[in-house]
Amino acid sequence: MVKTRKATSSVPRLEKCPTGIAGLDEITEGGLPRGRPTLVCGAAGCGKTLLAMEFIVRGIVERGEPGVFLSFEETAEELAKNVASLGFDVDDLVRRKKMAMDYVRIERSEIQETGEYDLEGLFVRLAAAVDSVGAKRVALDSVEALFAGLPSEAILRAELRRLFRWLKDRGLTAVITGEKGDNALTRHGLEEYVSDCILFLDHRVINQVATRRLRVIKYRGSKHGTNEYPTLIDEHGLSVLPISSLGLSFPVSQKRVSTGVPRLDTMLGGHGYYLGASVLISGMAGTGKTSLAAAFADDTCRGGRRCLYFSFEESPEQIVRNMRSIGFDLENWRKKGLLRFCSVRPTLYGLEMHLAAIHKLVRDFEPRAVVMDPITNMMSIGQIDEVKAMLTRVIDFLKGQGITSLFTSLTGGGSSLEQSEVGISSLMDTWLLVRMMESAGERNRLLYVMKSRGMAHSNQMREFVLADDGISLIDVYVGPGDVLTGSARLMQEAKDQAEALAAGRSEQARQRELEREAASLEAQASSIAARLAAIEAERRLAREAGRERQEQAEKEKRGLAAARKADRARSQA
Amino acid sequence: MPLARKPAKGHTTEEFENAVKTARPVERYVLRLYVAGINPRSSAAIRSVTAICEEHLKDRYELEIVDIYQQPTLAKGEQIIAAPTLIKKLPLPLRRLIGDMASKDRILVGLDLQPKT
Repeated sequence: MVKTRKATSSVPRLEKCPTGIAGLDEITEGGLPRGRPTLVCGAAGCGKTLLAMEFIVRGIVERGEPGVFLSFEETAEELAKNVASLGFDVDDLVRRKKMAMDYVRIERSEIQETGEYDLEGLFVRLAAAVDSVGAKRVALDSVEALFAGLPSEAILRAELRRLFRWLKDRGLTAVITGEKGDNALTRHGLEEYVSDCILFLDHRVINQVATRRLRVIKYRGSKHGTNEYPTLIDEHGLSVLPISSLGLSFPVSQKRVSTGVPRLDTMLGGHGYYLGASVLISGMAGTGKTSLAAAFADDTCRGGRRCLYFSFEESPEQIVRNMRSIGFDLENWRKKGLLRFCSVRPTLYGLEMHLAAIHKLVRDFEPRAVVMDPITNMMSIGQIDEVKAMLTRVIDFLKGQGITSLFTSLTGGGSSLEQSEVGISSLMDTWLLVRMMESAGERNRLLYVMKSRGMAHSNQMREFVLADDGISLIDVYVGPGDVLTGSARLMQEAKDQAEALAAGRSEQARQRELEREAASLEAQASSIAARLAAIEAERRLAREAGRERQEQAEKEKRGLAAARKADRARSQA
Repeated sequence: MPLARKPAKGHTTEEFENAVKTARPVERYVLRLYVAGINPRSSAAIRSVTAICEEHLKDRYELEIVDIYQQPTLAKGEQIIAAPTLIKKLPLPLRRLIGDMASKDRILVGLDLQPKT
């Protein structure tokens, strides 16, 4: 195992020739095979010629590798004019001897075959052109015109084989274009001869939206992306998207960004979203998704960071007006250049164009946060899988740039709330759900955190209130088996208060009653004590009276005895 | 009979007859034979073309043989793709004959020297 690895790493790897075409070099992991021919095939109008031309022009401009463009279909003047709109000054390159162009005209009606022939004329011209500029790159567009113009296919095939061999022998990196055939990649089976690398371009119309795609069918000796990649032709030429979704290797940040709602920050582990995270806010119509998005945008701008706001439903003015009503002055940030709106209807162009527009805007504006409101509108222009794929790429792209992204998703009536319409919830780091709660004749907003990766988030539901001064989150009333919001919550709270008051009152009364009873008992106790004292006093008096009477009687007895002189001194003894 | 040589209306029938009689014999041929170096195919083509010219166009042809290896710019200017290529520059229309000129009949057809039937 170890030995094999060593062996392979010591083998020189296939050298690549960067095309300079955005995205293509990423898919092919460095470019086309250097010193070998590459076949570019596809139907009419899918961008074969442009790809070939960009390969040559970018080779000169970006890599300093001169090139030759051999055209069988358009004259040099026509070609120069066609690509001038993409900002390529072909004439200048030709003047500076960096590029050679040759138009090979084949007029079938002029030609009469008189026997065996070869294509030495073409070889000589190509060699002369290559030598005149010291070319390292060659484009042949499209060699198949030879089949239409010259008789004897057998000779042509042999000669083409020789041509590709010749290109290889001279170490020229070549791009050969070929028209798509009915059952084969090219009409005349060029793929038989060009076996090193084959790119396939496609231009498909699905649901009235045209999408260009590129696929690397074959790349001998190299790893390559095998999918069909959406391709765009805009004012900068051809670009293959995406450029970032080949791997899941994003830089991650520990930093947090505020949600714009203090209590929501608290719910998300105290600090808000992670920087560079993707956030989904889903909910039914009118649940306040846009308001939450605006709060985030507002807070981002308040911190002096740029925010890009894609709105697919409302115009910037409308958003500004609506958000002013809940206390967010987005216009201010717009004037300061911190906030940029991009409002387009999704149906304006295809998903890929949207993707490209997003890429371009993000690159130009360099925002720290991106809001897309709502992504569910994209559904109107593509199949769910395509939308999901596109959003995946958007998320990957933004994550790769470390941009915090916030998406809102409208949950349609009847579908499960805990399911995002586009099925992208699994891509999201944080998912907030806003829902309406109907009770007591009113609808109130509830917010909770469905998930939030990598933070201790609250499991509580909060009532989500939009007021003049912004968004606030209020604890809901959680009673036995019931969650109350809005006025029901207020009523319940009032009721609770009244009950508490009443309970307090009865307690006081009881206290007083006891006090009274105690007082009366105390009073009774003191009256008894008084009576006791009175009785005691009476008893003492009675005792004294008794003794006095006895003494009196004694005295009288003694007086009588003395008077009678009978018992003298008996009682004195 | 090339239709292009038909005189415009207003000319007399006599003139027309004369033109028809004299047109072909005095027509000069300007021919260029492009070959890629000296190889059997080139030699065969040169031999064949010279022979036909001597036979059918004696004293009224101009044949130039060009080696495209020596003059690659001419190959570009003359839109040469295949080798050997014989170009009939005059009389018009311009024709290109490609191949080793092995088929004499085809050359004669290509040079308008023989009716196609």
